[in-house]
Amino acid sequence: MRAVFAVCAAAAVAFLALPVVAIFLRVPPGALVAQLTEPAARDALLVSLKTNAIAQALVLGIGTPAAYVLATNRFRGRSLVLTLVELPLVLPPAVAGIGLLAAFGRLGLLGSSLSTFGISLPFTQTAVTMAVAYVASPLYIRQAIAAFEATDPNLAAASRTLGAGPFRTFFRVVLPLARGGLIAGLALSFARGLGEFGATIMFAGSLQKVTQTLPLAIYAQFNLPEGFNAALAMGGALVVFSIVLLAGLHIGLSWQRSDSNRSVSLFGLSTSS
Amino acid sequence: MATLRLEQVCVPLRSFDLELSLDVGATVALVGPSGSGKTTTLRVIAGLMRPKSGRVTVDEEVWFDGARGRVLPPEARRVGLVFQEYALFPHMSVRQNVEYARRHAADEYLERFRVSHLANARPGELSGGERQRVALARALARDPEVLLLDEPLAALDAHTKTTVRAELHDLLAELDIPVLLVTHDFEDAAALAERVSVIVEGRLRQTGTPGELVAGPTDAFVASFTGANLLQGEAYAHDGSTRVRLDDGTVVAIAEPAHGHVALAVYPGDITLATTPPHDSALNVIHAPIRSVAELGSRVRLAVGPVSAEITAESLARLGLRPGQAVYASFKATGTRVVAEHEPPAPSAGA
Repeated sequence: MRAVFAVCAAAAVAFLALPVVAIFLRVPPGALVAQLTEPAARDALLVSLKTNAIAQALVLGIGTPAAYVLATNRFRGRSLVLTLVELPLVLPPAVAGIGLLAAFGRLGLLGSSLSTFGISLPFTQTAVTMAVAYVASPLYIRQAIAAFEATDPNLAAASRTLGAGPFRTFFRVVLPLARGGLIAGLALSFARGLGEFGATIMFAGSLQKVTQTLPLAIYAQFNLPEGFNAALAMGGALVVFSIVLLAGLHIGLSWQRSDSNRSVSLFGLSTSS
Repeated sequence: MATLRLEQVCVPLRSFDLELSLDVGATVALVGPSGSGKTTTLRVIAGLMRPKSGRVTVDEEVWFDGARGRVLPPEARRVGLVFQEYALFPHMSVRQNVEYARRHAADEYLERFRVSHLANARPGELSGGERQRVALARALARDPEVLLLDEPLAALDAHTKTTVRAELHDLLAELDIPVLLVTHDFEDAAALAERVSVIVEGRLRQTGTPGELVAGPTDAFVASFTGANLLQGEAYAHDGSTRVRLDDGTVVAIAEPAHGHVALAVYPGDITLATTPPHDSALNVIHAPIRSVAELGSRVRLAVGPVSAEITAESLARLGLRPGQAVYASFKATGTRVVAEHEPPAPSAGA
């Protein structure tokens, strides 16, 4: 019995780790750095970082108040709203991309109104940012709602009776208490956004220096003759970035845990003691 | 001293409406069973809950006026609310908690509540009694016009409770502001407050000093809530006095005229126990076996047939009473009070 379980565990770990290990076995560290100084890789990295930074800033700035409102208010149709917010999570990325085109494309729902203002979104860097925000924000918002719901409403009430208005209460009490959950949500959202491929290629295309992000560049390199090693190197860069992110997240969470007596889980099953 | 006044405050709750008029000068305890609207009352005063109608004022200051649509947000009401579980900010130190209101330097309050040595500790590291002192320090550092205490003793263990109750009593005596405290324990209310209001299902049943409530409970609920035994039976006239045939057949004499089905309140302290029949024929006597013996410090509570009697531990030892033993429980006709019968409130969760 124990042996069977141990074999299953070993098989699972090996299966999940092997592709990552393979990348680094094929690409020596020196080659990895050298490949990243190639123009195509450098451009893709810059596009990825820029669009993700803007998208995550928007997710944080708009998603946080939105999540708080959804977490603290009970109204008719709330569960419908929550389902709509989570819908992009289960949409295949290609469907998300075609949906974004149907909404914001030249012939889309809002496309004609946008074009009267001289705005055309598809195949621009803005489109990349939108695609990233679309697929990644539900991860953050979902986690943020759970984090806000887990904070004791009496603490916010106590803050109000101590003379703090709603804003001070939010920034001094609610936000610090929900911090662990918010960090976890943001890290998930960032990881999802960084790897975004399907929606981006449909809505924004794959133009070097403009809309070609790292995942798109990997695919482009892969399709070139002799491009496999370059694709591997870029893959390695993405892996390193993801590992740094995951480590940062774990450090952030353990800090949060020792910081207060609340515990936060990664997937919204937050509990407060 | 200022007066906190609630005038016909109405709050629709799940199974009943809270309807309340109450004046709070000095210390008033609102007592009642769980779910009777006590905590709701505090939240309404603090501005955390908006009533449907009514007025909440402190002297000339209007905090809420349903008719004029005036609603002061909680932060604009100078109110100190100590939550049942204290609601200390877990991510802040004791000092940061007390400084949160930014009205007074924390040191004075940390010292006054003997928590200076804990200034840098987090609430999670404190004992129940310490948490309560920090919560009080925090609420008073806000410089409130009114202090509200939600079940101030409920979160404490029995040992801590006795000490904290005495401390709280001294503190409330020093304060020069109206205090409204909420509790489900009449003894705590009697120990801490000058006036006690009994609330059941959102309505006040009776208000008075603890002594007044014990001496003249208006109904069976108030009587049993203040600790009385309730005996039920049929009253009839007998030789110019009144007798009551209890449901178990025992006949007792009462000092006031009554007839038909009645409820009698008899306080445990007014009952004497003996192993032999009392000589005084004017006494009411119940002869029954002892069902249980519970020691409460120097006092002992014994269940004898339909009543509970409270005697000293010394008497218990002298009489050598044991569970199962048949004893004579006697009380004077003047020790019984006829009280109006009320349906006992249905137990419900939450306050």
